[in-house]
Amino acid sequence: MRNPPERKDFAGSNENCMGVWRLEAVASAKKQLVTIKGVKEGLIFQLNDDCAFDDLLGDLKDKLGNTHDRFLDGPEVSVQIRLGKRWLTDDQLDRLRKMIEKKKNLRIQSVESDVVPREMLFDETGRLKLVRGIVRAGQTLFHDGDLLLVGDVNPGGTIAATGDIYVIGSLRGVAHAGVNGREEAIIVASHMKPTQLRIAGVISRPPEEGGLEETFMEFAYLNSGIMQIDKIANIGRIRPGGQHA
Amino acid sequence: MGEAIVITSGKGGVGKTTTSANIGTALALQGKKVCMVDTDIGLRNLDVVMGLENRIIYDLVDVAEGRCRLSQALVKDKRFEELYLLPAAQTKDKDAVNPKQVKAMVDELKKEFDYVIIDCPAGIEHGFRNAVAGADKAIVVTTPEHAAVRDADRIIGLLEKEGLFGTRLVINRVRPKMIKNKEMLDIEDICQVLAIDLLGVVPDDEHVIKAANEGEPTVMNPNSQASIAFRNIARRILGDAVPLMALEEKKGAMARVKKFFGFG
Repeated sequence: MRNPPERKDFAGSNENCMGVWRLEAVASAKKQLVTIKGVKEGLIFQLNDDCAFDDLLGDLKDKLGNTHDRFLDGPEVSVQIRLGKRWLTDDQLDRLRKMIEKKKNLRIQSVESDVVPREMLFDETGRLKLVRGIVRAGQTLFHDGDLLLVGDVNPGGTIAATGDIYVIGSLRGVAHAGVNGREEAIIVASHMKPTQLRIAGVISRPPEEGGLEETFMEFAYLNSGIMQIDKIANIGRIRPGGQHA
Repeated sequence: MGEAIVITSGKGGVGKTTTSANIGTALALQGKKVCMVDTDIGLRNLDVVMGLENRIIYDLVDVAEGRCRLSQALVKDKRFEELYLLPAAQTKDKDAVNPKQVKAMVDELKKEFDYVIIDCPAGIEHGFRNAVAGADKAIVVTTPEHAAVRDADRIIGLLEKEGLFGTRLVINRVRPKMIKNKEMLDIEDICQVLAIDLLGVVPDDEHVIKAANEGEPTVMNPNSQASIAFRNIARRILGDAVPLMALEEKKGAMARVKKFFGFG
């Protein structure tokens, strides 16, 4: 994010580099604060993150109105704004949006920042706690966030979390994920043999008849409010996110 | 300095007192100096099982309240020179003593004896805390029933909370035939849930009931299967590597358990 702005000139050429062609045009003596890239999906506005916000708006205004004007006219195109390590107040964001949307064909698709506000950092999904050991009968293991237990949950024991629950071991007791009502929460166990499963407000127990002794890793999730269990292989399809690059 | 071992289970009726009496006697049989302590105040049984009821003069509460010295309250066994019992009071309840007092008594006994076997009352309340206060190690007794295993699991957790780790398991009243027919919990399954070392498996044996009623610990009879099991448990406490005995024609599963615990 802190790399010096692009200096390369293609003067309007659409030279292809790794599927991304650059609209970087007309070198200016001034430091480039806004870098505009064209990708398949539309345009990326990469905004410099270590200058004053007003300077940034100045450069953006200049690019939109003058230097890049000719590239930015035409059919409707979606714009992704990347703020780098800058965090905008609602007011600043509003000014930025208005400036870009002056160009009728530019439609803001997303505004991304590498900065995460404190509240979000401490959001329930952001914290994974690792616990080793056995949760025995009468014991309750609770964590405000995601919980990873390496060990078993025995019958009569309870494991609960405001986020997801991952058990590397046998889940024989009660597991309650998303205790504050997060319906997206899941329960993963290498050996799923629970007394009861709860996600948010939904409570479910295994069928009375024993069924097959499954030995592969499984996870439980809510599908339109109904508890379902699936093989771990399908987790990426059912609860995408947090995937590796 | 001796070692204090508490015999506990959580659930009642799984054979804590029988196990205490038999482990205590079996250790004495091995030539150890043993004192058994009954902490089940108000519901004392250990003296009855040992056949020593009529020899009691003072009890644990008397010692705690200073009415007698500890040595005065000890009842000497009628079979072994070096086996003693510190009986519980029958008239008071569990609140009559506190964990600190019991710990002081156990610590004093440990100076005199090789082993102090503490018989714990059922439950997880005051009486349990009294019993575990002075213990260095714990043995959890369970039977192959879900309820007993559940309570044993709870107790193991509570023992860990009290700082007692390395608890060992005795599975009592095992009926090999029923396990074979899948009517009783498998020993391997129990060990898998409780995840502690198995100290011994005691088969269900009519002789145990008969012996308890006669005030004679089962281990005295060398022909009973349960007796051999308890003798083996005592030897394992002393550090011998004794393989689990094969229970009747139940070689297959027992061999698996043996292998699982590295005894076989």
